[in-house]
Amino acid sequence: MTQKNRLQGGQVDTTTTCKFKFDGKSYTAHSGDTLASALLANGVRLMGRSFKYHRPRGVLSAGSEEPNALVELRNGARQEPNTRATTIEMFDGLSANSQNRLGSLRFDLLAINDRFSNFLAAGFYYKTFMWPAAFWEKIYEPIIRKAAGLGSLSLQDDPDVYDKGFLHCDLLIIGAGPAGLMAALTAGRAGANVILADEDFRMGGRLNSETFSIDDAAGADWAAATVAELANLPNVRLMSRTTVIGAFDHGIYGAVERVSDHLPTPEVGKPRQVLWRIYTKQTVLAAGAIERPIAFENNDRPGIMLASSIRSYANRFAVAADQRVAVFTNNDDGHRTAADLHAKGVKISAVVDVRADAPRSHDYEVLHGEVVNTKGRLGLAFAEVKLADGTMRVLECGALGMAGGWNPNVHMTCHQRGRPAWNEDIAAFVPGGALPPGMSVAGAANGAFSTYAALTSGAAAAQKALGLKGRLPATPQAEDAPVNLKPFWYVEGCSRAWLDLQNDVTVKDVKLSHQEGFRSVEHLKRYTTLGMATDQGKTSNMGGLAIMAELAGKAIPEVGTTIFRPPYTPTAIGVLAGRHRGQEFHPKRLTPSHRWAEEQGAVFVEVGNWLRAQWFPRAGETHWRETVDREVLATRKSVGVCDVTTLGKVDVQGADAADFLNKIYCNGFAKLAVGKTRYGLMLREDGIAMDDGTAARLAEDHFVVTTTTANALPVYRHMEFVRQCLFPDMDVQLISTTEAWAQYAVAGPNSRKLLEKIVDQDISNDAFPFMACANITICGGLRARLFRISFSGELAYEIAVPSAYGDALMRRIIEVGAEFDVTPYGTEALGVMRIEKGHAAGNELNGTTTAQNLGMGRMVSKKKDSIGSTLSEREGLNAEGDVRQVGIRPVNPDDPVPAGAHLMNATGPVDAGHDQGYATSACFSPNLGHAIALGFLKDGANRMGEKMRLVSPLTGIDVQVEIVSAHFVDPEGERLRA
Amino acid sequence: MRYSGLRVIKEALTGHKGWQPAWRDPEPQAAYDIVIIGGGGHGLATAYYLAKEFGQKRIAVLEKGWIGGGNVGRNTTIIRSNYLLDGNEPFYEFSLKLWEGLEQDFNYNAMISQRGILNLIHSDAQRDAFTRRGNAMILNGADAEMLSTEQIKARYPFLNTDDARFPIKGGLAQHRGGTVRHDAVAWGYARGADSHGVDIIQNCEVTGFRIANGKCTGVETTRGFIGAGKVGCAVAGSSSRLMSHAGMRLPMESHVLQAFVSEGLKPVLPGVITFGAGHFYCSQSDKGGLVFGGDIDGYNSYAQRGNLPVVEDVCEGGMAIFPSFGRARLLRMWGGIMDMSMDGSPIIDRTETEGLYFNGGWCYGGFKATPASGYCFAHLLAKDAPHPTATAYRFDRFEKGRMIDEKGMGNQPNLH
Amino acid sequence: MIINHPLLGPRDSAEFTYLGDARLIDRPDWQSQTAARDFYEYGYLRENPAGWHEELWFHEAGDRSWLVVTRNTVTHEISKVEMARDVARKRGRST
Repeated sequence: MTQKNRLQGGQVDTTTTCKFKFDGKSYTAHSGDTLASALLANGVRLMGRSFKYHRPRGVLSAGSEEPNALVELRNGARQEPNTRATTIEMFDGLSANSQNRLGSLRFDLLAINDRFSNFLAAGFYYKTFMWPAAFWEKIYEPIIRKAAGLGSLSLQDDPDVYDKGFLHCDLLIIGAGPAGLMAALTAGRAGANVILADEDFRMGGRLNSETFSIDDAAGADWAAATVAELANLPNVRLMSRTTVIGAFDHGIYGAVERVSDHLPTPEVGKPRQVLWRIYTKQTVLAAGAIERPIAFENNDRPGIMLASSIRSYANRFAVAADQRVAVFTNNDDGHRTAADLHAKGVKISAVVDVRADAPRSHDYEVLHGEVVNTKGRLGLAFAEVKLADGTMRVLECGALGMAGGWNPNVHMTCHQRGRPAWNEDIAAFVPGGALPPGMSVAGAANGAFSTYAALTSGAAAAQKALGLKGRLPATPQAEDAPVNLKPFWYVEGCSRAWLDLQNDVTVKDVKLSHQEGFRSVEHLKRYTTLGMATDQGKTSNMGGLAIMAELAGKAIPEVGTTIFRPPYTPTAIGVLAGRHRGQEFHPKRLTPSHRWAEEQGAVFVEVGNWLRAQWFPRAGETHWRETVDREVLATRKSVGVCDVTTLGKVDVQGADAADFLNKIYCNGFAKLAVGKTRYGLMLREDGIAMDDGTAARLAEDHFVVTTTTANALPVYRHMEFVRQCLFPDMDVQLISTTEAWAQYAVAGPNSRKLLEKIVDQDISNDAFPFMACANITICGGLRARLFRISFSGELAYEIAVPSAYGDALMRRIIEVGAEFDVTPYGTEALGVMRIEKGHAAGNELNGTTTAQNLGMGRMVSKKKDSIGSTLSEREGLNAEGDVRQVGIRPVNPDDPVPAGAHLMNATGPVDAGHDQGYATSACFSPNLGHAIALGFLKDGANRMGEKMRLVSPLTGIDVQVEIVSAHFVDPEGERLRA
Repeated sequence: MRYSGLRVIKEALTGHKGWQPAWRDPEPQAAYDIVIIGGGGHGLATAYYLAKEFGQKRIAVLEKGWIGGGNVGRNTTIIRSNYLLDGNEPFYEFSLKLWEGLEQDFNYNAMISQRGILNLIHSDAQRDAFTRRGNAMILNGADAEMLSTEQIKARYPFLNTDDARFPIKGGLAQHRGGTVRHDAVAWGYARGADSHGVDIIQNCEVTGFRIANGKCTGVETTRGFIGAGKVGCAVAGSSSRLMSHAGMRLPMESHVLQAFVSEGLKPVLPGVITFGAGHFYCSQSDKGGLVFGGDIDGYNSYAQRGNLPVVEDVCEGGMAIFPSFGRARLLRMWGGIMDMSMDGSPIIDRTETEGLYFNGGWCYGGFKATPASGYCFAHLLAKDAPHPTATAYRFDRFEKGRMIDEKGMGNQPNLH
Repeated sequence: MIINHPLLGPRDSAEFTYLGDARLIDRPDWQSQTAARDFYEYGYLRENPAGWHEELWFHEAGDRSWLVVTRNTVTHEISKVEMARDVARKRGRST
């Protein structure tokens, strides 16, 4: 098909031809086109359907503010819904489909909604669909949901890669139109570190779309030359295809660079997009302005566009929006469209101006009047004009430009506390209130609409931002036309006149909203959905506000504005996530013997960011329980080894180290002898148990504290808080050594015999009794730490070596332990043994349990001040009959006793009011041959032997259990001390 | 005026001329029996129930801006009653039951949609905790179901179950949970309250309390003094600021919680999903937007906006479980100010000043609580006794050590 | 946000972990007659101002200093950053 609307000139490369498809039909375009310009060139005006009434929609704008021409770009996993045809850069092979239709784009069955529009007025759904109540979810809502929404996700995993990066600069300039370019030139020549970001793929802003000249050059050429100069400055970074999405605190801006969206697929190794966090000292916002439409009856047909965008298509893209173009304007700028198109040989049906004193033309007719209606089923065919003298005229036209004046693009000035201020001269909001610190605004974004003013203000803003002294650089010669405008928002008496083209909000809806009392701007927006479409009201809010102001008898600024919030344009969720997805969602922390565990075929489990060996299956084992039972039994029978490197470790040194531990632990540490280890319970300041672990005194002034894996970081943070903020002059230093030491638990009756083959010194029971600790050497001189502590309840040790030796130590333990049949065990067996022994862990230390609950109430020393000791005495934490940790065993040994099940009295109701407690941790005990659990039970200490019900209605369990001591194995602790 | 389908048809055929304002715009009177400060969801619900259920007269709601402009207008619209603790679960279940009949009760379609909520499980400890919670819910008369990974996969085939850093090991579902058109809740309560004679006064900011001899007799406002027999404060987000006028320091901090919505998309997500190993939850609105959020920003703030690190964190969580959402676009982000209380649970209680009552500390859970909060606060105001489901929400629970700490994070508000 | 660390210069706030009101430095005397009440107020009651707020941040992904940051909770402007230890000493927490 020929490009019937293609003109001469422009900034498209007519020497290249791209083939593309829209709704399966093939067309040609040139590089430099957008999808929108290419479709217009091919005479395609119908590009989409509106949200609610499924009215035919064409392109409105030529920029990122486009509300109408949204398509699904690409196919398969790369399908990208709601993509604005106006920002889709053409490439060979591009394929796009229209969206939000049932049937074809031309014959959308949901267009039936338009017939019933009278019944679907603003907020109608709040008033109906209530009866019968059950019908909402079953009937009404599914229909509404299906009809709503715009484009579709493929629901296939996004195949592209996204990246993130950081940039720093002295001056960030947002927008590369005349103001932005001039700011960059000024700052760049002064040697400042500058980033110039522009969302377009071609810098120059409106200069590319206008026929103005700057000095002796065409505006677009001046822009190209300026960009070329800037590109040669090493201190200037030019970022086209980069949208600054938000102004965040302290000069941090988010920006998305579309690295590959103009290519069929990203190049190998390249991301699709990059999220830049730009740290800047100063910012010049030169984001330009957005033209506003005028509301008149049926102003939504394909072909009805912003007048400036018709100009953009003609001048930049060499495309006539149609062969017959009319303009409806309230200001001089609209006439430029007619003049430019006329100059390109396009027939101008007429310029309709609401002003009596509109400029005249020799080349085309200028009518004083208003466009009051339009005709054309799938695209504009006629515009009906009511002249000032009351007579009617019908204009034949396929494109109609609306020129309602311009709104400075204040979006980013509002991202913090700025609230726009009204400027009567241009009848528009300009930046106001507290701008983001360091931001200044230049050019049309600040209401300076002429090219000359934009250039001048750009230079001035840069100079001011950088504190440059001296005279401003001379502004090149450029047009400096005043804004001649008569505020005009909507045609009197119109009803179905569109304000929000995407969401189908009309003048009538705003009036209804006012009638029903939804009169604040926010109510208007929320009730009618005005401004909530994908353009966030960039082209619609102003009209709605003006009408609301009129209805309320107020001035527009009194009505106020809604708040622009980031992002400036809709931003792919993928780029905000970057590489953090799949396995790379969070980093993986691996212990030094991870590879060894892999070699053993270990199954790993995520513990925070750590991966820990959960169990080590052996050939022939068919179920994880089989493996875990073997590991437990082998450990209790002979010896097992478990990697416990992930436990938090904090080195505490200094003359006041013991005093410090006395503060952070509720139990006493001052008298702990050198060479001894003690169990410590740490409370939060609110008296609730925070963490537990051991502290080993290696020297008078040196302790090693261990924490649980999960709490390693918070406990260390807490300890630093106590040290720096509460006791700033204690002579104590802390360092986290979790990663510095690899640590292994060697447990079981043969653990000493095994370790004797490694450790260089005497570790007999006399020389190294229960709870002993020491700096030692192993394997003939390697420094190590040995602790005789036990989580399993067996004779056990924990041995630590510098991380680099962890792998070797593990291998050595296995090697020398072969004669004892040493068995590596994972976290599951570790858990089983600690439950058998009745040790509390994360499930018990759940942030709501007290020392009393854990049966350790007497540990809280009353003789000293420790964190949490005072608040632990509150009455609610010391209530009679409060829960205590107990053991739970099934009366019938075959029954399960699952964690999370609740304890109920043997007889009586089963409901929340009669809840007695719950099981916290559970496992199958291979030593006892049945399931066991730990739990919290009201008055538990006094209920040993009681028969109760353990119920889990969630999982269909209701079993008889007996309350027993939590110490299922070796309650006397003889094995530990053996 | 009663809303109905017939009425919509009649008005459509007669040019919509008959629609009346949803609520009046009265001038404040000199005095009321009860003044509610805060025209958000909770304040409006309180007034509605005071008038409708507790037979109170002469009630005003004072709103400093426009009604529904606080957190009821800026949340992620989720309702649920999947709580664990005795102090909470009966209250939230009461709230869910009120939601279930609310539209017919106040004659407004708030699009209450019980499409279910699913909390994903990623570890054994999490399964234990969710089992305990699910059981507590059932024992309190709520619904809960434990789903297997396979069941979840069948319902959400595009969830990342193959290549997840934290594999999905099941999920706790509450099928009666769901979403509501949040603004409509404020409007429905406002319209209902107004129809029962409540004066809703917008653009009326309370600047102080008039307290004499330990008794509150009214409020100073930007529109003059308004006398009151009783004053109920329901201004979550601004509670500390307001109550400082009564000389109170509260057990809470104000924090910003961001929320996000994508462009409209054809339906993909039937219910609400919460990621258990990252900070992300998501549902899809009837309009098609993916509505999602995550953690609070974490520092004290009264600015209704957050910062980029949390935006990224939330989207990372989203991509971790929904890798197909990468090409959906985030349309808008906003921030709401939360009363983050010291144990993560709210307060509905008298104050030490006679006639002055307080409702706040809702953390980020206030929206789902709206009906019950309003009902229970109305109960307290009308009867001077707490509603049976809200007896634990007392000021003195911190001093007495009776915290209601669902997450077990202690007295650090930003961790709840 | 950017926190200007007294030792390390400007750092992104993402490197820090927030705790809360810097009055948490003023831990009460456990032996006071009013200790129960004092600890309750210390632990639970907050000014929570809309405006300037002295607050504690921990440089977790940095040098592990606790800092007292004076920040405006309405504008997020930061006017002062000090080492918490110095503040603690100034407030009489030297032993």
